[in-house]
Amino acid sequence: MAVAEEAGHARRSSPRADRKPFRLFHNLMPKIALIPMIATALVVFLGGTLWTVVYSFTSSGLLPRRNWVGLDQYERLWSSAKWIVSIQNLALYGIFSLVFTLVIGFTLAALLDRKIRFEDTFRTIFLYPFALSFIVTGLVWQWILNPDFGVQGVVRSMGWESFTFNPLNDPDIVMFGLLIAGLWQGTGLIMCIMLAGLRGIDEDIWKASRVDGIPTWKTYVRIIIPMMRPVFVTAVVLIASGIIKLYDLVVAQTSGGPGISSEVPAKYVMQTMFGGQNLGQGFAASTMMLLSVVIILVPWAYLEFGRRKRG
Amino acid sequence: MANPATLASTFAAKQPVHDRLDDGPHGPRPKRSFSRANIFLYGTLALVSIYYLLPLYVMLVTSVKGMPEIRMGNVFAPPMEVTFEPWVKAWAEACTGVNCDGLSRGFWNSVRILIPSVLLSITIALISGYALSKWKFKGSETFFTILIIGAFIPYQVMLYPIVIMLRDTGGFLTDIWQATCGVFTSAEGSCRGRIQLFGSLSGLVIVHSIFGMPILVLLFRNYFASIPDELFKAARVDGAGFWGILFRIMLPMSMPILVVAMILQVTGIWNDFLFGVVYTRAEQYPMTVQLNNIVNSVQGVKEYNVNMAATLLTGLVPLTIYFFSGKLFVRGIAAGAVKG
Repeated sequence: MAVAEEAGHARRSSPRADRKPFRLFHNLMPKIALIPMIATALVVFLGGTLWTVVYSFTSSGLLPRRNWVGLDQYERLWSSAKWIVSIQNLALYGIFSLVFTLVIGFTLAALLDRKIRFEDTFRTIFLYPFALSFIVTGLVWQWILNPDFGVQGVVRSMGWESFTFNPLNDPDIVMFGLLIAGLWQGTGLIMCIMLAGLRGIDEDIWKASRVDGIPTWKTYVRIIIPMMRPVFVTAVVLIASGIIKLYDLVVAQTSGGPGISSEVPAKYVMQTMFGGQNLGQGFAASTMMLLSVVIILVPWAYLEFGRRKRG
Repeated sequence: MANPATLASTFAAKQPVHDRLDDGPHGPRPKRSFSRANIFLYGTLALVSIYYLLPLYVMLVTSVKGMPEIRMGNVFAPPMEVTFEPWVKAWAEACTGVNCDGLSRGFWNSVRILIPSVLLSITIALISGYALSKWKFKGSETFFTILIIGAFIPYQVMLYPIVIMLRDTGGFLTDIWQATCGVFTSAEGSCRGRIQLFGSLSGLVIVHSIFGMPILVLLFRNYFASIPDELFKAARVDGAGFWGILFRIMLPMSMPILVVAMILQVTGIWNDFLFGVVYTRAEQYPMTVQLNNIVNSVQGVKEYNVNMAATLLTGLVPLTIYFFSGKLFVRGIAAGAVKG
């Protein structure tokens, strides 16, 4: 009986219900089941973001208050030496991280794709750092780059007394100390994505290029890489959103030092928001971070959806 | 020359080319194993492997040396005398501030955070993904799009609003509890308890579930979308409803994706630092936060061997999962990455 009822219900619902403009109570259960997700999307993600942006125009200190000060927080932000250093650091780290991750990731993937032996072993080795947290990564590299016992100490003890490699205590190159650790942790993931992209390329392309006598490197540069454009776009978006989040690694490896020479925006936000009890500054700084994500994301979304519309 | 015209003509004449190629021996051309190209290839890979393996080796070696040996100054030298004392010390005696009960507290905190977070986030995401793929309604795709865009927003933007939401929800629940608990019990004073979400493990569990949602919902939605609609329709005709189809048909088929989601969440939540710092108090800090406090504390003599033992201990859980799950881990991050 229940079966007949349900079947009748299904038949009834399909053609006629479509015409009804408003049917909130039709199929109520999935809507109830989606409440947590909808609440997260609307209240936390959308609402929280708007809240922060709105309160970045107030003079909130210890507690959020609604006395509007216009762009004052942003003016203070951009006249703060620490923020300027943070932005410069992130730009430097970002450019090098992006280029090196792409180059290393693709090169490793291409090497692994040459039908080699022990491919699984090599892939396991390149990817395992990705399973570790940035805290662990930062602490290990802090130890390896230790001036007395680490790389510098070892080379000096082998007889090269004037050898200097002390990135974590040198304000000029401290970001490269972080970069070494960051690349160690993150390149494996990009390699995996690139490898998946390379595997997706038709074997016939390789056969054709071999028949035409095209050298291997030229096949990669002129044919394979252009074909892998979507994979590269994904990788760039992934690396870029990771770069903006850069925080744990700095906290663990350098704590922003020496001085303020390895500060990053995410750390500035955390300090002003939860350390300095200067909420307005924190909101303004995090809004700037959001803005940078928008600048990266909008062209990508445009390309992605534009392509979908065309294709 | 990589001339498009040449390529095109090759493709046009694909069949003959194919045949001609198939006449020859199959598989790659047999090469001398010690050709110059091979030596270069394996040499490069071996060299790069050293860079990747070095930190693991250094962690391991340093953690079983005594302090005098470390002060002699070579992080790469194998230990002359193996001692497990640093491991014991890191687990049970290392100090953060005034507390000297080692990393074990952080470990158990992390476990207490991990288990409910993984269960809650996967349950919500599974149901949401199922509803989004098989029970679409007007507007459901819009909510999903907002959720996915939310995954790209820097966490810093949402940290403080969530503090307020947790605090207010906690206060609200306390009010309800205090107003209604007289119905359940008449004991004096039993209604004074407060429900605290901010600064407690339950708050952190909620935060992890929120931020794990975009990627997990995406994962489940795509997986359920790949299950044929005919199966779903047949179950509908047979009288199964929303939950019936989920539990009797979808859930038994979703074992592989559940494992992938588990791996993703366990490593992600275990490695979290930011949320642990913001949403819990000192005695509830997860392992990563406590580890950082132990190693980067400014007081006392630096005991590098204890620090490295502690670091390795913290990394052990995700490493174990990684080495045992192998291909599934790769599939998990690939699914998370390529589509996210």
